[in-house]
Amino acid sequence: MSKTFVYMDYNATTPLRSEVKDRMVEALDVYANASSMHESGRRARAEIEEARASVARLIGAKDGSGLFFTSGGSESNNTVFMTMYQLGRKNPARRKIITTAIEHPCVMNAAAYLAEEGFPVVYLPVDSYGRVDMDTLEKELSPDTLLVSVMAANNEIGTIEDIKTITRMAKKVKAFMHSDATQAVGKIPLSVEDLGLDYLTLSCHKIYGPKGIGALYVRPGSPIQPLIRGGHQENGVRAGTYNNLGIIGFGKAAELALADLPDFGKKLTSLRSRLKEGLMAKIPHVRVNGHPEAVLPNTLNLSFPGAEGEAILLSLDLEGIQVSTGSACASGSLEPSHVLLATGLGPELAHGSIRFSLGRNSTEADVDYVIEKMPPIIQRLRRMSTVNPLLGQE
Amino acid sequence: MNAFQWLYSDVVKEHFVNPRNVFDPEEKFESDAEGVVGNIKCGDQMMFLLKIENDIIQDVRWKTYGCASAIASTSMLSESVKGMDIRKAYGIKPTDIADKLGGLPENKIHCSVLGDKALRAAIDQYLEKQGRKGEFKGEDAVVICTCLNITDKDIEEAVKAGAHNWQKLQEATKIGTVCGGCKTKAEELLHEFVHIYS
Ligand SMILES: Cc1ncc(COP(=O)(O)O)c(C=O)c1O
Ligand code: FES
Repeated sequence: MSKTFVYMDYNATTPLRSEVKDRMVEALDVYANASSMHESGRRARAEIEEARASVARLIGAKDGSGLFFTSGGSESNNTVFMTMYQLGRKNPARRKIITTAIEHPCVMNAAAYLAEEGFPVVYLPVDSYGRVDMDTLEKELSPDTLLVSVMAANNEIGTIEDIKTITRMAKKVKAFMHSDATQAVGKIPLSVEDLGLDYLTLSCHKIYGPKGIGALYVRPGSPIQPLIRGGHQENGVRAGTYNNLGIIGFGKAAELALADLPDFGKKLTSLRSRLKEGLMAKIPHVRVNGHPEAVLPNTLNLSFPGAEGEAILLSLDLEGIQVSTGSACASGSLEPSHVLLATGLGPELAHGSIRFSLGRNSTEADVDYVIEKMPPIIQRLRRMSTVNPLLGQE
Repeated sequence: MNAFQWLYSDVVKEHFVNPRNVFDPEEKFESDAEGVVGNIKCGDQMMFLLKIENDIIQDVRWKTYGCASAIASTSMLSESVKGMDIRKAYGIKPTDIADKLGGLPENKIHCSVLGDKALRAAIDQYLEKQGRKGEFKGEDAVVICTCLNITDKDIEEAVKAGAHNWQKLQEATKIGTVCGGCKTKAEELLHEFVHIYS
C-alpha cells in the first residue's frame, strides 16, 4: 500500500507545473547571453522580453517596461527598502517608513535595518483579523513619510489588505507606495494600475514556477536603485547575466496563472470551506485565524488550544500530511508567530496554530483525508496536555 | 542527512508516538508529590506526579503541553526514574535525557527538556512534606562564575525569586562583576530559566 501524501503547504512553495517544466526543458538550450548583440543573443533576449510581458500582464501593468527580474521576493523587497535608504540619506526631511506588524521577515528585517540607521520606522498594528488599522495609518502619515509598505495578502493567515485605499492615503502625503504581493499574485485578481502602486513584489515559486526567480514592478518615473551593481542588465536596476531558464519559466507560469485565476478562486474557495467546516464539525474548541471574507481562497489558519503546533505538525507528518505552524518550537526561536501575536492572539493559541495552504493540485479527497486524520491527533495531544480547553482551564 | 529519516531520532519518534506513563484522570493515580514547571507563553509546560516509598520512586505519571521532543523526553525520563533513589533522580540533567533519546537538536535540549525540572520540583515538594526541605540543594551544581563561586543552581534560585533579567540577576548574585568571563554562559542560563519559571 502506498503511503498517502497530502501537500498542504503551498504558501511555503508550490510544485513546478508540468507545462512550466516542459517549457523550461526547452529553455535549457537557450544558452546565449541575452545581452549579446549577435543572433543567438537577440533570440534569448526576445524570449526574455516575452516572459517580461507575460509577468506584466499577470499584475495588470501596461507593459513590461516597469518590470525587473530579481532572484525572488526577498530581493525585490530589499531593493525597494535600500532605494529608500539612499533617498532618505540624501533628504533627511523625508525619510519616515510606515509598514505593518505582520510583514514577511524580509520586509521586517529590511525595515529594521533602516531603523538601525536612524530612520523613523512605524509598524502599523492590525485588528484581530490581521487588517491594518487605518486610523493609526491616517495619524502616522505626514509630509516626512517616504514610503508606505503593506503586504497585499499575508502568508500565514491569508488576510487580504485594502491596498487601494491605503495607496490613496499614502499618495495624499506624496509618499511612495509598495506592496509585497508575493502571496496574492496568482491567487486573487490584482492590478498595479488599478491599485496605483509605485512598487510591487512578486515571486515565481509561489505560482507553480521555479525557485530563485522573482520580479519587482516599478511604476515608470518612481525612483529605483540597484541592490546589485554591475552590468547594464535590466536597465541597470539589477546586474548579472540574465537567468534565461528562470525567466522563461516565470513567463510561462505567469501566463498559466492568469488564465487559471477565475477557476483557481472558485475551486480553492470551495476546498477551503470544506476543510474548515469539516474540521470544525469534528474538533471542539477550534479558532479560525484571519479575516472571515477578505482572505486568500487557499489559506486556512486554525488554532487548537491545548495542543502545541509542532507536535500537531509532526503528528500530521507521520500521516503524510504536510502543513506549517506558527509555534515557536518549530521555528527554533522562543517567540511564536509575530503575525498571530499582532492579531492579539495569546501565546497559547499562537503556539497551537496550524496553517493549511491548499493549491491547484489539492483535491476533495486530500481535504477529506485531513478531516479524518486530524481529530484523533488533537484529542490525543489534548489528553496528555497540562492545558486542556475541555476542562475549562486557562 | 537522510531525507527519509524523521526530524528526530527513532527513539524520540517511538516515545512521541507511544508515550509511557501519561497521566490519565480515569486511572485515579495517587501521588505523594507533584511538580509543575514551564510556561504556556513559551510553548512548554510540564507536570510530574510521583509515588515515593522510602526515598525510592515507585511510580510516575506526567502531562505536558509541548512539542514532540518535550513529549518524548518526558516519556523517556518517566521510564528511567522508576525504581530510582530520589537523590539520584534529583541529579538528572537535560543532556542525560537527550543522550538516552539518541540525541536532540541543540536548541531543543534547553527548551523542550523540562522533565528534569518538573521532577526536581516534585522531589522538593516531597522533601518539604517530610520536613527535609532543601536536603539536596546544591548537589550536582556546576560552577558558572569562578570568580565568585556562583553555580547554575544559584542562578536558578535567583530566577525563581524574580531575577528575570541580567541586571536583576547581577543585583541578586553579583555574578559577572569581577572578570566578566562568565557572562555569556550565565546569560544563556538566565534565558533558559526565565523561559521555565517566569
Ligand atoms: C509574503 C512573502 N514575501 C516574501 C517572500 C519571500 O519570497 P522569496 O522566497 O522568493 O524570496 C515570501 C515567501 O516566503 C512571502 O510569503
Ligand atoms: S567568572 Fe564570573 S565574574 Fe569572573
